[in-house]
Amino acid sequence: MEVTLNIVFQGFYKDSVALMRLSRDLAALDGVNEAGLMMGSPSNKQILKDAGLLADEGAAAEGGDLILAIRANDSAAAQKAAETIEPQIKSQTRSADGDTEWRPQTIRAAAKANPGANLALISVPGEFAAAEARKAISRGLNVMMFSDNVSIEDEISLKIQAREEGVLMMGPDCGTAILDGVPLAFANQVKRGDIGIVGASGTGIQEVTSLISNNGRGVSHAIGVGGRDLKDEIGGVSTLMGIDRLDADTATKHIILISKPPGEKVLPRIMDRIAQSAKPFTVCFIGATDLELPTNATAARTLKDAAQAALGGGEFEQSESVGTSLPESRKGIRGLYSGGTLAAESQLILLDAGLPVASNAAVPGAVGLSENNEAHQIIDLGDDQYTQGRPHPMIDPEIRHEPLADAMADSTIGVILIDIVIGYGAHPDPAGQLVTMLDDLRGENGPAIIASVTGTELDPQVRSSQIKALEAADIHVAESNADAALAALRLLGVNS
Amino acid sequence: MPSDQDDKSLLGGDLSVINVGLDKFASELAEHNVSVVHLDWKPPAGGGAELATLLSKMGT
Repeated sequence: MEVTLNIVFQGFYKDSVALMRLSRDLAALDGVNEAGLMMGSPSNKQILKDAGLLADEGAAAEGGDLILAIRANDSAAAQKAAETIEPQIKSQTRSADGDTEWRPQTIRAAAKANPGANLALISVPGEFAAAEARKAISRGLNVMMFSDNVSIEDEISLKIQAREEGVLMMGPDCGTAILDGVPLAFANQVKRGDIGIVGASGTGIQEVTSLISNNGRGVSHAIGVGGRDLKDEIGGVSTLMGIDRLDADTATKHIILISKPPGEKVLPRIMDRIAQSAKPFTVCFIGATDLELPTNATAARTLKDAAQAALGGGEFEQSESVGTSLPESRKGIRGLYSGGTLAAESQLILLDAGLPVASNAAVPGAVGLSENNEAHQIIDLGDDQYTQGRPHPMIDPEIRHEPLADAMADSTIGVILIDIVIGYGAHPDPAGQLVTMLDDLRGENGPAIIASVTGTELDPQVRSSQIKALEAADIHVAESNADAALAALRLLGVNS
Repeated sequence: MPSDQDDKSLLGGDLSVINVGLDKFASELAEHNVSVVHLDWKPPAGGGAELATLLSKMGT
């Protein structure tokens, strides 16, 4: 009879990447039907419960406890699997330099041991992240908080505390930053230069910095602020401080802002701050219309427009048109995106061409997925509904498999749009992964696949190698995410 | 080494990082020759997030 076994390791932490790897190993063991290794936060316990993996022991665990959960054919198989994986769970985590020397356990001890530290990079589970950030800020450290699931109340109090201390609070949910050429978390290795960026969007920053670097210029710094910073509740605290930093930075000659449209109360404060600067600004508030900007700022509708404006105007190299034709019945576009802002950019391009668009992360003018069955669907696979208990599609593109299979099997779809995002933090070979996935799904006369690769030649995955692998598999690769959407329109005979 | 607390601006100096969480981030920073201390982090206060928050507010 199938059994569910939970073992709880109290006060035990292992990082989420390590847990993901161990979960996979566990699920592959003999007699195991399903398995999970998760910290015992309420949301994780719900995920385990929904997967039929939560037993009484796991249900009683706390946020700082690790739950080993196994559903197996019988209790002998469950026990054997637990015994097999337990030594790996308890094994010493490798330190950054590969050895197992003493490591401080608290920010206080680390700051004492390294008085020159100027940044705390925090990626522990969300419910503990604010407490760590508070300690870092009170020691005069700037903070980049990768963790999400942090309450808006904590975000407000942390940002106010940071402003009082004169340090930057990047995040929560800050996935990307580049400081003095060093990529932090999910970021690309770009050329150094004089264009600075403050962005509330990780993939937005990645696309713009990569386009700048790939087109002859470079980046001084890219400061991430977290997706909610320009909401009225937060007040744009980190964006304003980020602008202050870049304004004062002699290496930065031009500043780009990237965000969803700001709250009504925040917008005038941002505009006032821009007007005080002697530097030129490019403002890309994705989906905003009728922005009234100071004279030193220009508006950019898309990420590509923002990069072009900062580069001094002019078109990037144009992609060749897609060398294929589609039957009359294949008129639909389906976008399967790992980057939320890349999905938003594509929606804008389709909307601007007069097409109806539906999305799970709809920009102004688009509708929800269930609201219009006739609309072109642009799906953000990084959205919570796809990533509950699973890694983000930039880390594990496997999430794309099911929606890709659906789109390949749909005889009304003419073009599938896909973003490949490379760089630090991302999957080591997302193009190869996509090609392998398509090998199983492709039939005769299927939809065309158009992709773009966000990243650079300096990234570990090497942009040109990724492009080569995609093109070898008959995937059209556009110069930018925007160009991929434009290529889809051309292929379908729609005027952009 | 940066000149510690007086350099809160972060930009234009040497980056020196305390990494709390994902091991991978520390390894990648070390690859870029950034000074990084990777914490041996454990959930504080016996696993309860509320107590951890309270302790952090007390400056512990």
